[in-house]
Amino acid sequence: MERNPIVTVDNVSMKFNLSSEKFDSFKEYVIKSIKRQVSYDAFMALQGVSFEVMRGDSVGLVGLNGSGKSTMLKVIAGVLKPTEGKVAVNGTIAPLIELGAGFDMDLTARENVFLNGALLGYNRARMEEQYPDIVEFSELAEFMDVPVKNFSSGMVSRLAFAIATIGTPDILIVDEVLSVGDFHFQEKCEARIQNMRDHGTTILFVSHSLEQVKKICNKMAWLEKGHLKMFGNTEDICDIYAQS
Amino acid sequence: MSSYIRNFVKFQPLLSELVARDIKIKYRRSVLGVLWTLLNPLCMMIILSIVFSSIFKFDVENFPLYVLSGQVIFNFFNDSTTSSMSAIISSASLIKKVYVPKYLFVLSRVMSSFINLMASFTALLLVMVATRAELHWTVFLSVIPLAMVVLFSFGVGMFLAAITVRFRDVIHLYSVFTTGLLYLTPVIYPMAALPDVVKTIVMINPLTNYLLMFRDVMFNNTLPSVFSVLLGIAEAALALALGLYVFYKNQDEFILNL
Repeated sequence: MERNPIVTVDNVSMKFNLSSEKFDSFKEYVIKSIKRQVSYDAFMALQGVSFEVMRGDSVGLVGLNGSGKSTMLKVIAGVLKPTEGKVAVNGTIAPLIELGAGFDMDLTARENVFLNGALLGYNRARMEEQYPDIVEFSELAEFMDVPVKNFSSGMVSRLAFAIATIGTPDILIVDEVLSVGDFHFQEKCEARIQNMRDHGTTILFVSHSLEQVKKICNKMAWLEKGHLKMFGNTEDICDIYAQS
Repeated sequence: MSSYIRNFVKFQPLLSELVARDIKIKYRRSVLGVLWTLLNPLCMMIILSIVFSSIFKFDVENFPLYVLSGQVIFNFFNDSTTSSMSAIISSASLIKKVYVPKYLFVLSRVMSSFINLMASFTALLLVMVATRAELHWTVFLSVIPLAMVVLFSFGVGMFLAAITVRFRDVIHLYSVFTTGLLYLTPVIYPMAALPDVVKTIVMINPLTNYLLMFRDVMFNNTLPSVFSVLLGIAEAALALALGLYVFYKNQDEFILNL
């Protein structure tokens, strides 16, 4: 397998403005700008983070809550634009950031399959091909013509996972989604992710469960308060992380 | 530039899915379904022409057609811009999680309004046939004012969508604005009924120009003047340029304000 970088994160910083005085309306904004009271508290979610992910690697992002893991993934997925620095991505991304985000609750499961597929950039013909596979994997064959608003949250996640993991994208982004569903389905998801990894998909994985990271990832990135604390092989970092 | 086009081609299926969703949801659980796009303007026309031909009498030949044609143009502008305005806000959950070119949400709203426009245009043709109005070959030229009004509305919609993310007041303000705009567009009254001062104000409204051109080719068998056409193109181009500029300037900050 060729060892060229598929994701290059170069000195990325992400700054959020926490408006100390929240304004939603135009009047307030004008008054406050005239009085020069518009002040921002800057919050650095990421500061000068750089790392490279090679094709075929699976990287686990670990860190405490609020350490910037999800922000990092969103920057890589192109949802957020970094305040400073650059992210270069060479390939297609399948984001599994929050399951079911793209669903329209009024549409049926079948319609949502096509809508979500389109969100990921697949055309209708491609989705028709994948459709039986999605139905089979999500085990929802008898519910495909039911509006998604009547689904349980487990059913929604199953369907969303099945859609997001069709085909073999170059990069799969997984953000703490494996904690949904029952035990049986979790195993199925893990197997599917491992299978994609074996087919050369690069995986970026956020989890609080060190067990899962160990099982899936060969590289680890440890974030602490927006800084990259360590980046390297899972075996090396895992123990240090577990002790901290 | 080519990367923009490649991106558009990649997400073109999404555009059609979004338009299909808008239409599907609008008419889900209604017995007559999509037929409503045809029936709605017809019913409105009947009410308006009863009210205005019995209470306020204007000297207009075939008043129902006059009102309906005004409605076709004005309602399209109103629908498309009002729904574009909330396009970004209502897709917040998506924009926060997945990368999608954001102008697609606005474009899809304008396109679903365009489908409604086609339906009400069909209704207009049906009424023309039913009332035995003369059909002239210039009817085919109605594409020109319609295309202009679509581009104009898309520009205004992009602008509104971008500033609404920042200031939610716009939503409330805009419904007042469009009510005012309705009276500044010769939808229900003829231009001849206006005093000179008011007439000047009404003529400044870009929609007036589009509507007059539309009526000229639909009913009067006259070609719009070169001046009106150029003015219409200029106004549409200006709205489009402004809308795109404001949208692209602000789109990276949408997510921070949603």
